[in-house]
Amino acid sequence: MKLSRRQLIATGLAATAGGSGLVVASKLAGRYGLIPPDGGGLYGPGETLTYAAQRILTRHSLAREFAPSQISKPPFANEVAPLGDAFKRLQEASFAEWRLTVDGMVARPASFSVSEIRSFPQRSQITHLACEEGWSYIAEWIGAPLSHILHLVGTVPQARYVVYRSFQPDWWESIDMADALHPQTLVTYGMNGADLPVPFGGPLRLRLPRQLGYKSVKYITSLTATDDLKRFGKGLGSASPEAGYAWYAGI
Amino acid sequence: MCDISGYRELASPTYEPASVPVRTTSVPAGTIPQMADSVWGPASAVPAAAIHSRHSAVVRVTHWITTLSFLALLVSGVEILISHPRFYWGEAGNDLTPPLFKLPIPASRDLVPTGYGYVLPDQNGWSRSLHFQTAWVAVFTGLVYVSFGLFSGHLRRNLLPARADLSWSGLMGALARHIRFKPASEDGARSYNVLQRLTYLVVVFGLFPLVVWTGLAMSPAIASAVPAAVSVLGGQQSARTLHFFVSVLLVLFLLVHIVMVSLAGFWSRVRSMITGHPAGAEERP
Repeated sequence: MKLSRRQLIATGLAATAGGSGLVVASKLAGRYGLIPPDGGGLYGPGETLTYAAQRILTRHSLAREFAPSQISKPPFANEVAPLGDAFKRLQEASFAEWRLTVDGMVARPASFSVSEIRSFPQRSQITHLACEEGWSYIAEWIGAPLSHILHLVGTVPQARYVVYRSFQPDWWESIDMADALHPQTLVTYGMNGADLPVPFGGPLRLRLPRQLGYKSVKYITSLTATDDLKRFGKGLGSASPEAGYAWYAGI
Repeated sequence: MCDISGYRELASPTYEPASVPVRTTSVPAGTIPQMADSVWGPASAVPAAAIHSRHSAVVRVTHWITTLSFLALLVSGVEILISHPRFYWGEAGNDLTPPLFKLPIPASRDLVPTGYGYVLPDQNGWSRSLHFQTAWVAVFTGLVYVSFGLFSGHLRRNLLPARADLSWSGLMGALARHIRFKPASEDGARSYNVLQRLTYLVVVFGLFPLVVWTGLAMSPAIASAVPAAVSVLGGQQSARTLHFFVSVLLVLFLLVHIVMVSLAGFWSRVRSMITGHPAGAEERP
């Protein structure tokens, strides 16, 4: 095929427009917080497209809630690494000594016991938990909205993410404020009408039903509000990207 | 699929049906019969430039990007699948739920009851990233192809079957020629026959949108924003099961496509899809 001069000029103009369009798009995406912390690297473009599209289209959407008859009987708990003697001692004392500390970009850093969290406004919701492996279950989750805890400690407006850590040292995650303040994001202590069983994350599990199961960290011990995820771990936002998984798991 | 236009190159002279005379006169440039008339109008409205090449540049570029995307999606999809090779119907399903069916293969995670005493290497992380990034590429490529196809007349001219071909006898005739490896007529050799047209239409407007839809229906965020897209399918596990079946159909299409292209002359067809020149044009008298 021979290119005419007109075709060459048109192709050049289209390429220039496309290139500058990409630059403008990435500038705008950065300004409106549409680039995830793992938005670099080989799969960065895909992660960014997915996260940006979800933030534009589904920022306020509510996860589906199901009827009690749809609760999976029995539910299925994925395996966790051994929890160790320190955890066992806390468990034997009915988790009376378990603390959830909240710090970072907050006006009043605090530390809450499980019973204090139980005294906060309660929300119960029957939602679907999907593991990235492909299996899932539906359960009733009972807990305090994370937004309530963030308001209690006075999270400053500059905070953009909440980092949360497990009793298991290698398991930590973070979410943006859209998910942290979402009404269905709960610090849960109950499941299917009873205390949250240890295999499912008891005494405290952060549950966000709009993302895959690995973002719902079991045995949470601390929350940190921040405007910069670069300072945590390898700077990719959470342990998941460090292990090769997406930081944003709403897909 | 089903590029049978080169059957004439395969067929022995005894297969040459009397009703299809072999044209030996040379065809003047610019008057090469192109595609059969579509239901929307005669193909004579085709601009002369389009007639010279078998496949336009947009079709060729999108074809090969789709090829690479499909292979990446297939490899990463298989890798994702083996972390839980069980399928369910409805909203939820796990190791404690009776499966709709399970694949007789080992898994890459040790909690899955597969009956095998070992697990496969777990490569789920990068497979998922590759799968979703490639899905974006495939969707953008599909949008470029379909918009080009609509505006350029490619879909109307090359993929919409002629009304006459859609009759029962027309379809059966095309099927019979396929099964008996009968050569295509001279005009047909430069166009897609009715079976090819229908198959391509089913892939482009049926299987491709379905595989994207069933994939998106597995996303917890999409399920929250567009619940109907999940419930219409029967639930998130149903969406996963359907995603598997549509993928199997797409793999079957790929296999038949490759077999048909091979029967028609693999390298000449591949060359034609790269350069755009009609296959076998240089061999013409």
